[in-house]
Amino acid sequence: MTSYRVPAGSDPIEPGADRPLTIRVDGEPVTGTAGQTIAGVLLGAGQRQWRTTRDGAPRGVFCGIGVCFDCVVEVNGLRDVRACLRRAQDGDVVATTPEAGR
Amino acid sequence: MSDEGVDVAADVVVVGAGIVGAACARSLARAGARVVVLDRDAAASGTSAHGEGNLLVSDKGPGPELDLAQESLRRWAALAGELAEELGPRFPSVEHDAKGGLVVVASADGLAGLREFAAGQREVGVEAVEVSGDEARELEPDLAPGVLGGIYYPQDAQLQPVAAAEALLASARRAGAVVRTGVEVTGPLLGAHGRLVGVSTTRGDVAAGAVVVAAGPWSAQVADRLGAWLPVRPRRGVVLVTTPMRQRIHHKVYDGDYFAATQSAGAELQTSAVVESTRGGTVLIGSSREQVGFDERLGAEVLTQMARRAVAVFPFLARTNVMRSYLGFRPYVPDHLPVIGADPALPGLWFATGHEGAGVGLAPATGDLLAAALLGLSPAVDPDPYAPGRTTLQDLRPAPDPRPAQGAHEGART
Repeated sequence: MTSYRVPAGSDPIEPGADRPLTIRVDGEPVTGTAGQTIAGVLLGAGQRQWRTTRDGAPRGVFCGIGVCFDCVVEVNGLRDVRACLRRAQDGDVVATTPEAGR
Repeated sequence: MSDEGVDVAADVVVVGAGIVGAACARSLARAGARVVVLDRDAAASGTSAHGEGNLLVSDKGPGPELDLAQESLRRWAALAGELAEELGPRFPSVEHDAKGGLVVVASADGLAGLREFAAGQREVGVEAVEVSGDEARELEPDLAPGVLGGIYYPQDAQLQPVAAAEALLASARRAGAVVRTGVEVTGPLLGAHGRLVGVSTTRGDVAAGAVVVAAGPWSAQVADRLGAWLPVRPRRGVVLVTTPMRQRIHHKVYDGDYFAATQSAGAELQTSAVVESTRGGTVLIGSSREQVGFDERLGAEVLTQMARRAVAVFPFLARTNVMRSYLGFRPYVPDHLPVIGADPALPGLWFATGHEGAGVGLAPATGDLLAAALLGLSPAVDPDPYAPGRTTLQDLRPAPDPRPAQGAHEGART
């Protein structure tokens, strides 16, 4: 299964103008469109997993509504942000392994 | 006792599909009994789903509960592999983790108390290794600098209790047991001489040669509906759950006040620090005990106390986010021992309950003991200390109600 971005103009729910934005995820630029959550940007870029459990099991969006905390990332230095709830802002700095180096 | 006329092939209905009911069902079914398990909710949705999955010897002093725990922890160590083999790779792991327990104190008096407690445990075969503060910090590098020392218990373990209960039920099903959820017991079926021969439920009658009540903190209510009496009460506990993080806590770590809290009888709120991490990456922070009936309203005071105590043991937790809390009810018995065996008043009624916070750890030995007693097999441990008819419980029995008992044989209340 792959994930991909639907062009904003052909969004079946709420079609609109594409207002591109770029966030940095672990140092790499990832582009999305205004209105997407950080999870939405990541999924739109084809990324379905950005965290692992201690046993190495992949984690990304599970519930998508802020309950499960499986999708947490660090955003602009703030830990434990739920990627499925945080609306992406142009220039956001996202770290998928906030514990690394601490 | 009351097992005349029950042969090995008799049907048994087990009320409660939590970890203890599941273990009873498995032991009974594998011994050849035809078993029906009933639960008013989903399997493993009550007490089993609201604890930490502890398999502990560290918090038990010499005596019958420790005897049962030692037998049960041996059984779990073997069962984890047996269940995995029987149920195959597609069944979720019970996540048995022989992580070991570490009890720590910050005072010389506290350490002296721990030392004496551990000496008693060692005499009955518990592995209990005294550690200095530095040795404790080697085991747990993030421990507070004020930790003076403690006792390391390598036999302590943990598992995922919902997966474990489901695995036991699946294994019981493979031995012929039938599990029916969403079925609530409403009353007794009584046969000749007032013997209990099954239960009426919200989904029809279920006839059985014996009824085993394994309904955790709700066992007293089930007993009451069947015309019997049991002094089991709910004792509430709360757990705080942090967001996932890399592993910084490696054992089950608790402060030296925990044992006193488990052995107390007071209804007032008691807390102690019990901290451990899970395979999912979260850290679970407990523990609390209070007797407030089945009240599910959460107060801030208990969360504050637990968090403060946990931070005293692991200072880094002060900068950790908590993502949720959950609360549950333990089946508390006034003399702090499980209730396993035949009811002294109502023939055909059996109990497997009253494990307070130790039901997950004690489940396999409880299931074996109950099955042995009910089916007339030889038990692995002496069953007498857990007998429902013991005087420490029966002395609490209320005076007989002068009105006729409703729906129950008059001999059900003595």
